[in-house]
Amino acid sequence: MGVMTGANTAGGDKEVATQALNQELQDKGFLLTSTEDMINWARTGSLHWMTFGLACCAVEMMHTAMPRYDMERFGTAPRASPRQSDLMIVAGTLTNKMAPALRKVYDQMPEPRYVLSMGSCANGGGYYHYSYSVVRGCDRIVPVDVYVPGCPPSAEALLYGLLQLQRKIRRTGTIAR
Amino acid sequence: MSDALQELGAYIEAKQSDAVLSTSVANGELTVEVTPTALVSFVEFLKVDATCRFSTMVDLTAVDYPTREKRYDVVYHFLSMYQNHRIRVRAGVRDDEMVPSIVDVYPASNWFEREVFDMFGIMFKGHPDLRRILTDYGFRGHPLRKDFPTTGYTEVRYDEAQKRVVYEPVSLVQEYRQFDFMSPWEGAEYILPGDEKSEAKG
Repeated sequence: MGVMTGANTAGGDKEVATQALNQELQDKGFLLTSTEDMINWARTGSLHWMTFGLACCAVEMMHTAMPRYDMERFGTAPRASPRQSDLMIVAGTLTNKMAPALRKVYDQMPEPRYVLSMGSCANGGGYYHYSYSVVRGCDRIVPVDVYVPGCPPSAEALLYGLLQLQRKIRRTGTIAR
Repeated sequence: MSDALQELGAYIEAKQSDAVLSTSVANGELTVEVTPTALVSFVEFLKVDATCRFSTMVDLTAVDYPTREKRYDVVYHFLSMYQNHRIRVRAGVRDDEMVPSIVDVYPASNWFEREVFDMFGIMFKGHPDLRRILTDYGFRGHPLRKDFPTTGYTEVRYDEAQKRVVYEPVSLVQEYRQFDFMSPWEGAEYILPGDEKSEAKG
């Protein structure tokens, strides 16, 4: 057996934690937590995303939802209506003509709502930064929570971005609007 | 292939001598220069004539040559499914000139002509619905003209106070980068960076 000389990287003993949880459940028949933790946990586990595919990034977004990466195993689901969605994935080039529509759709989403900007074009104009018809980053139109770089980002990258968003919600989520 | 195109070009020139200015075959493609005024009858001839039978309008576009007196070239591409040949028809137009619309002959050209109008500002006489097709509502200028700046004149942003998307004059946070890829073999008209040192050395 090797001897560990650096910082401890083993983390908490999950076995012990599970046993403790189990014991509490056996003993009292219920678990205690704060409402806020509970609500944040529920929010991270049901990020219904709106399919705002604008360009080629949309194809990569579809890949993320398909069985190989299977975004839905994190509790997400593609929604066709902004009224039912919590997360907007801006996937692709946002043009000047599309900008008011994007804002309108964002405004229709119920709180709490999150925006994930996917790809170079949505992040800052990317290849079309100097174009006459493209918005130089979708953060000029809507507030963005997570930026996923890439052109287009791989399905893994988008999935990682989604996990980062879940982490952000866990850390900063509040019940207050 | 080339001989057949030469023959076709000569045939078209003989039949439509008042419309055709010149014909040429380059890279295995037949190009016919026509006068814009005779365009509709010429295109109709291309469609119905038994030797031509150009049944499909493949493309309609334009080219801007700012230094020429006839500033634009309106370019049509046709395909004959029956005779298996293609043709390119070119018509030079001045800035203030109108081009007759060929929508009555080829209905497919409707949106193409709208696009050319949008991108170059060339007007098509007799078009049923000539308005912009691609650019933003209330867009100013014609983007594919050579004198149109790449970045355009306006940019958009959501205004938190007005609660709507507003248009503003373009302000670039980073200076516009000039990518000049002209190679010295193609005859650069300036001293390439670094070349002045070799000159000094002798």
